[in-house]
Amino acid sequence: MVAPGSRGEVALFVTCLVDLMRPSVAFSALKLIEAAGYVAVVPEAQTCCGQPGYNSGDTAAARALACKFIAEFERFPYVVAPSGSCAGTVRTHYPDLFADEPAWRARAEALAAKTFELTQFLVDVAGVTEVPGDFNGSVTYHDSCSGLRELGVKQQPRALLDRMSGVKRIEMRECEDCCGFGGLFAVKYPDISGAIVQRKCEAIRGSGAYAVALGDLGCMMNIEGRLRRNGDELTQVIHIAELLAGDVGGQG
Amino acid sequence: MEVRSMHFVSRVRQRLEDPELQRNLKRTRGRNAASRAAAVAAFPDFDAVRARATEIRASVLRDLDVWLERFEQKAIERGATVLWARDGDHACELIIDIARRHGVRTVVKSKSMVSEEAGLNAALEAAGIRPVETDLGEYILQINDNEPPSHIIMPVIHKSKEQVSELFARVHGTAPKTDIEALTHEARAVLRPEFLGADMGLSGGNFLVAETGSVAIVTNEGNGRLCTTLPRVHVALTGIEKVIPTLEDLATLLRILPRSATGQAITNYVSMLTGPKQAGDADGPEHMYFVLVDGGRADLLGSEFEAMLRCIRCGACMNHCPVYQTIGGHSYGWVYPGPMGSVLTPLYQGLDKAMDLPHAATLCNQCGVVCPVSIPLPDLMRTLREKQVERGLRPWSERIATKLWAWVAARPKLYALGTRVAVRYLRWLADGRDRIQVMGVAPGWTAERDFPAPAAKTFRELYAERRRGGGQ
Repeated sequence: MVAPGSRGEVALFVTCLVDLMRPSVAFSALKLIEAAGYVAVVPEAQTCCGQPGYNSGDTAAARALACKFIAEFERFPYVVAPSGSCAGTVRTHYPDLFADEPAWRARAEALAAKTFELTQFLVDVAGVTEVPGDFNGSVTYHDSCSGLRELGVKQQPRALLDRMSGVKRIEMRECEDCCGFGGLFAVKYPDISGAIVQRKCEAIRGSGAYAVALGDLGCMMNIEGRLRRNGDELTQVIHIAELLAGDVGGQG
Repeated sequence: MEVRSMHFVSRVRQRLEDPELQRNLKRTRGRNAASRAAAVAAFPDFDAVRARATEIRASVLRDLDVWLERFEQKAIERGATVLWARDGDHACELIIDIARRHGVRTVVKSKSMVSEEAGLNAALEAAGIRPVETDLGEYILQINDNEPPSHIIMPVIHKSKEQVSELFARVHGTAPKTDIEALTHEARAVLRPEFLGADMGLSGGNFLVAETGSVAIVTNEGNGRLCTTLPRVHVALTGIEKVIPTLEDLATLLRILPRSATGQAITNYVSMLTGPKQAGDADGPEHMYFVLVDGGRADLLGSEFEAMLRCIRCGACMNHCPVYQTIGGHSYGWVYPGPMGSVLTPLYQGLDKAMDLPHAATLCNQCGVVCPVSIPLPDLMRTLREKQVERGLRPWSERIATKLWAWVAARPKLYALGTRVAVRYLRWLADGRDRIQVMGVAPGWTAERDFPAPAAKTFRELYAERRRGGGQ
């Protein structure tokens, strides 16, 4: 066990959806970062990484928020987000936003290199093998698109889950398929999105797992919302941070 | 083909409410993706070949004029005629001219998506020339009142064999049969005399080889060879971007195209056609023409969309797209469906005619990952969204919403207040429950799923309380 705080500072990017919808996810993330021996810092003026504007094609809006984000986070040795899609925005898209501004581009690239999704940070950077949480029940993991395909988050959450006592990990079919969230896509094309998330829910139910864990609030709200709309009140939908930190109950 | 992409939303709704189509989509879903995965797993060099294929296609585009000239020179040396078409209409005129010059009454066709772009069949018919589609899928569509294809390599993937059986029985006046082999034999019996009687064969082309002046055609049915060698006249109709430098490049691309498309190591037929029949040749057409179409392609050279011209038309992007798998190819409203179509249609037909297509994607990037020539399809869709915003084409409500969000998020105090108010409002809507079932601000969301109610306070509030020593 590493002494708390001995490994330096890590800035937590809370993400706007976590801030607004599920603050507990950020507290779990803080707990995990601290348990890994780092000092977790929450830069106070942080808001949103700009992804909604970026994906809507409003580059000016995205660039303004990216500049703000870079200025707030670049002084830390590491930046961690409990979201593959927000970390992916910083890591893979920020540099592209400043193609014509070399000074900003350099800052964006430097920040991108030290920004991580939570489980990616815990496993690949911190070398964590033990997590504070315990959970009793079967869990299936949904790979969210940005985490998986922009950052290569695949085995990290599974490795951590496999080390937790009481967790029986089950793979669902098509675990890498999109859940149909896609940010504004879910609101702009609700019927297509609904049909896609319906398939995801059937895959989750089909796995027989007690809970589905995932790393992104967007997927979480989409999947949980559809399961409940379908009348499934039992399948727990849990953010991986809460699961690893031991902040959610299992099958008792 | 007429572009109907502006009616995307209403077309999607019809498709989602069509139980037969949904059954057919479900039946085929994942099948090609699974075949591709198996083929890639059994081919250890796949990533290296993919990188090489990408480089071949990218380098040819950097000097497209040079390679096209070399191709033209070689093709002429081998006795073919090379014609250049500005767009689809121009291609139709050129082909009708060729047909008239050679006294052609019937044209047998092997698949060419460019001929769909050009609306060639309708143009030929209007000129009194009879086109006959000879790919089984295209033939089925043609006899079904000229229905457009719904996939670029499996045009009839949206139909069940029962639907085909019913169509054949009705059009051919035969007894219904659902055995696929029997259906194929029936189509073959109808088509065989057409091959023998046609004056002109028209094919597409997977690649044009500059080194030899040849067109390479990759097919799984024997009809491609019949169309290109039996009739007196052969016309190869392709886009100008299809040229590649050498036979060795062709070998590389042939290793990756069928694997990406259907999971096959190689297709049943790979034909290389070089010039018309020479003295001493046993068979082949007397006249060979290339009609090479621009149709918006040249404009993409040197633009931020140039990578799209690398496309080798394998269909892997649509085979892996969750949206395509849900709504089917016809929803996209023009020749090219799925992710590649969502980029090509606005580029070739105009942004304003395909407002929805670049947005009708979750940006999950399955398409980008499987593309054998590494086209960054999600990035290109996002760039098209930027163009729409720049040109003020998006609905005002959407423009205001993203601007407002960015304006608020740039001001932390205002953002903190805004999120605090939003949480209270959402909690009020939830009315003591853990979910919201009807929400006015995003009715699309609650039409399809519940909206989980937020926690009572934002993270900021709770964190501030914790730092002050209260709460949590």
